[in-house]
Amino acid sequence: MSQTRNAAIAGIHEYPLRVAPGVSAMQIKAASLKAALDDAGLKWSDVDGLYDAGDGEGGGGLGLAAYLGLKPRVIDTTQVGGSSYEFHAAHALRDIAAGRVKVAVTTYGSTAASQRFAIGTGGGRGGASWSTNMEAPYGSTLISNYAMVKQRHMHQYGTTNEQLAEISVATRKHAMRNPEAVKAMTDLQFVKVDNISVADVLESRMVASPLRLLECCMVSDGGGACVFVAPEIARDIKKKPVWILGSGEATKYRENGGDITVSAAAQSAPAAFGQAGVRPDEIDIAMVYDSFTITVAVCLEDLGFCKKGEAGQFVGDGHLAFDRPGLTLNTDGGGLSSNHPGMRGLFLLLEATRQMRGESTSQVAGAKLAVAHGNGGLLGGTHTGGTVILAAD
Amino acid sequence: MPNRPQPHFPEPDTQHYWEGVKQGELRYQTCDACSAVNFYPTAHCQKCGNLSLTWRQSRGEGTVYTFSVVMQNRIPGFQELGAYAVAYVDLDEGFRMLTNVMVDGDPTQNVHIGQRVRVDFEKQDTGEYPIPVFRPI
Ligand SMILES: [Zn+2]
Repeated sequence: MSQTRNAAIAGIHEYPLRVAPGVSAMQIKAASLKAALDDAGLKWSDVDGLYDAGDGEGGGGLGLAAYLGLKPRVIDTTQVGGSSYEFHAAHALRDIAAGRVKVAVTTYGSTAASQRFAIGTGGGRGGASWSTNMEAPYGSTLISNYAMVKQRHMHQYGTTNEQLAEISVATRKHAMRNPEAVKAMTDLQFVKVDNISVADVLESRMVASPLRLLECCMVSDGGGACVFVAPEIARDIKKKPVWILGSGEATKYRENGGDITVSAAAQSAPAAFGQAGVRPDEIDIAMVYDSFTITVAVCLEDLGFCKKGEAGQFVGDGHLAFDRPGLTLNTDGGGLSSNHPGMRGLFLLLEATRQMRGESTSQVAGAKLAVAHGNGGLLGGTHTGGTVILAAD
Repeated sequence: MPNRPQPHFPEPDTQHYWEGVKQGELRYQTCDACSAVNFYPTAHCQKCGNLSLTWRQSRGEGTVYTFSVVMQNRIPGFQELGAYAVAYVDLDEGFRMLTNVMVDGDPTQNVHIGQRVRVDFEKQDTGEYPIPVFRPI
């Protein structure tokens, strides 16, 4: 292949518990970092770059290095919601290629489930700002914001509930093969810890029309870590490196006359594919932030896997499952059925890495190229998109 | 009587908008340099950065761009409301605002994309600011 290979993912860890009472987010971050460095065969003191989204008690750019006991040469505290970790991968690629850092790490910890955060059904209030003053009086929940995108997509393109339900069905199929996802659904007391049908999705409770319960991600505890290294380090790690070929970043927000069915991915994906020298039709694995079914549909279009408005047909007939030809989606079980502690972007990188290593519980034989696309914030309002293209060694 | 969250002040970008709401006016801005319609209100033009904008009064009529009916909400002031429709409404003057579309009966049946709506300044139980919501014309 002719792509430039300037940085690699060398070590990963996903915190196994989705319900972790008595543990702090900072403890999840530290334990995950140790495990990810062990996965790579690297030492705590090898870390010279710290990337963080500011999660965790007293963490962030000021507190995290002190807590962990690290002396980083680069500190990057990009916080852009759930896609922060795709941005961290992008920035690690940039900083490693520039020779400023050799072992960069990002960590994530959250106890959203144990603390009973109402992520989807609560509303941001905070202090006065130009946007909260305009929006807080209307009781728009996070879920209703995404639901407005679904409503418009169905209206504009004829997308159906049945088509979008296929995303939930394929994702659950993968989750049932992932023991940690099965334990997650059990610990979080899902009504049915089993494969689901399109009918199950359509019969589930409406949360914010037209989004039903089984189209919405869970709220769990969790976390993890990812270690990015320079090529000279990648040669000597314990496992095969997974190369970061390209990345793209974007933001999008409510605009007068704007098209709500187009996401930030429409800007971030061409940048990432362009840098990587890869076409969407060459991708084997798509790890796409499945906060809701509609998020996946819109992002698949914007990533270039199908034309705008055609995701309904594209995801139909269960073909996104790992055992079907063509593109495979979210093989860990996704936010819909494995974990969603609030910012799922990290897990997209972790599962894409497993696929490129041949370690997934729903492994696609011979998978060589993966895309991880994170969507942070509100798909129908202010959000970010981070796209990362990964390649097997 | 509704008891929605009130805007908080001081907040210099949106103060003039809310003063308008108190007087039964739905205000927006246009840029003196590039003529762009600017909304939500800001001191700078979001298209060109120009710091001179003119406040205008909307006729208060528009079209539902999209909506969702909220069935589950843990936000204080909304928990007791029952199902209600959150929407983006495109005002005829060219700005889009987040709002509620208030209808009789089931909002999942009685609100739809493309519906013509008009602003209604809904008085609140507590707080001095009414809240601009929309009702079918
Ligand atoms: Zn201007």
